[in-house]
Amino acid sequence: MTALSALFARDARIAIRIGGGAMMGVLFFLTVVTLVPFAIGPDLALLRRIGPAILWLGALLSSLLALDRLFANDHEDGSLDLILMARPSLELVIATKALAHWVTTGLPLVIASPILGLFLNLEPAALAATALTLLVGTPALTFIGVIGAALATSLRRGGLLLPVLVLPLTVPVLIFGVAATNAAVVGPMPFETPFTILCALTLMSAVVGPFAAAATLRHGME
Amino acid sequence: MNLSGLDLTCIRGGRRVFSRINFSVGAGRALVLTGPNGAGKSSLLRMIAGLIRPAEGRIALEGGDGELSAGEQAHYVGHLDPLKPALTVTENLTFWARFLNGRADPDEVTRAARALDAVGLADLAHLPAGYLSAGQRRRLSLARVLAAPRPIWLLDEPTTALDAASQDRLREVMHTHLSGGGVVVAATHGPLGLEQAGELRLGQPSDGPGTPSEISRTGTQDLAP
Repeated sequence: MTALSALFARDARIAIRIGGGAMMGVLFFLTVVTLVPFAIGPDLALLRRIGPAILWLGALLSSLLALDRLFANDHEDGSLDLILMARPSLELVIATKALAHWVTTGLPLVIASPILGLFLNLEPAALAATALTLLVGTPALTFIGVIGAALATSLRRGGLLLPVLVLPLTVPVLIFGVAATNAAVVGPMPFETPFTILCALTLMSAVVGPFAAAATLRHGME
Repeated sequence: MNLSGLDLTCIRGGRRVFSRINFSVGAGRALVLTGPNGAGKSSLLRMIAGLIRPAEGRIALEGGDGELSAGEQAHYVGHLDPLKPALTVTENLTFWARFLNGRADPDEVTRAARALDAVGLADLAHLPAGYLSAGQRRRLSLARVLAAPRPIWLLDEPTTALDAASQDRLREVMHTHLSGGGVVVAATHGPLGLEQAGELRLGQPSDGPGTPSEISRTGTQDLAP
């Protein structure tokens, strides 16, 4: 456990230090959400209706922004070799790195979402529902993204490869995240149905993501 | 403790780097890997570390912790220095010490301070690692080896970027490790100054894809004086 908690503390510390990726995600989120009213015009009713979807899209894009550095930085400075040689199983090591990444980039998005929701004329119930679904859904985005990060590092290609690989896999999370939010605000569907599916997607990706990423790294780093 | 490689063959990118290498190093002994660029010195070290799977043959370890592989009981110091520029020298070192030890160590602070002292970086302990020179980065990487005790040291050209004084210090540290019953496997072009070291010369493999290399031969304990 000491090894894993040390890794968590290191990754979190690097992310919040100067030059880390933690605040960049929130700034990107802010930029995406601010751009939307410029594109569709100042129709307050329309903004209120599509607000949750815009917040979800913004959070999805922002959470993928810093992911391609998750293993690439460690690969470039040789840390990944030592991480692959580690005594704790690689799956746990990757889950720890993903958790540290979510706490430093995903969680700030959840916290920022009610403030950005005000820009989109969302009512309090919608703000709360969006924050709750993001809190439950963004870990799934990170754990799915870990697979793409491992692939991008193994193939020694960064940049756009990761979003192209990962975005299609995040479609179910997006569908049920927005569906749950809309169900809470306008109905007529009960909130629990899409919300529990969203929870299930997160739990599933928390298991599948680290295993797939570990297999990718073991195979690709030889 | 005895670390040995049996009939090791390495194929990288379809090219046979070396074939049917045998070696054996006992406790308190060092094995120096020599040979021209591309002969497979780094590949052999990475193979012992468990980072490359051998195409044929296997790595065997007698003694040591039976539940851990050779790589899990080894320090690997490669070409790159695994340091984060945003963290200070001490933070970098204590992270690796904790990660590699895997358990809470009550005197990790003193151990880390001693390791920094041994490589002559004690004065820079609070400086972010991004400001270190190449030689200082190398010394911090070597401090990691001292901060977490492990029996096998795999060193890939450890003297790169080190000044004369640091090379002397490295030699002392390796001597202490060997006299404590440790094992050192080092790839090098220059002399390391280890008297009791076997040598394994890796050469270019012969042209035929299946034939064993002619130049490569065993570097076993009996080569040591």
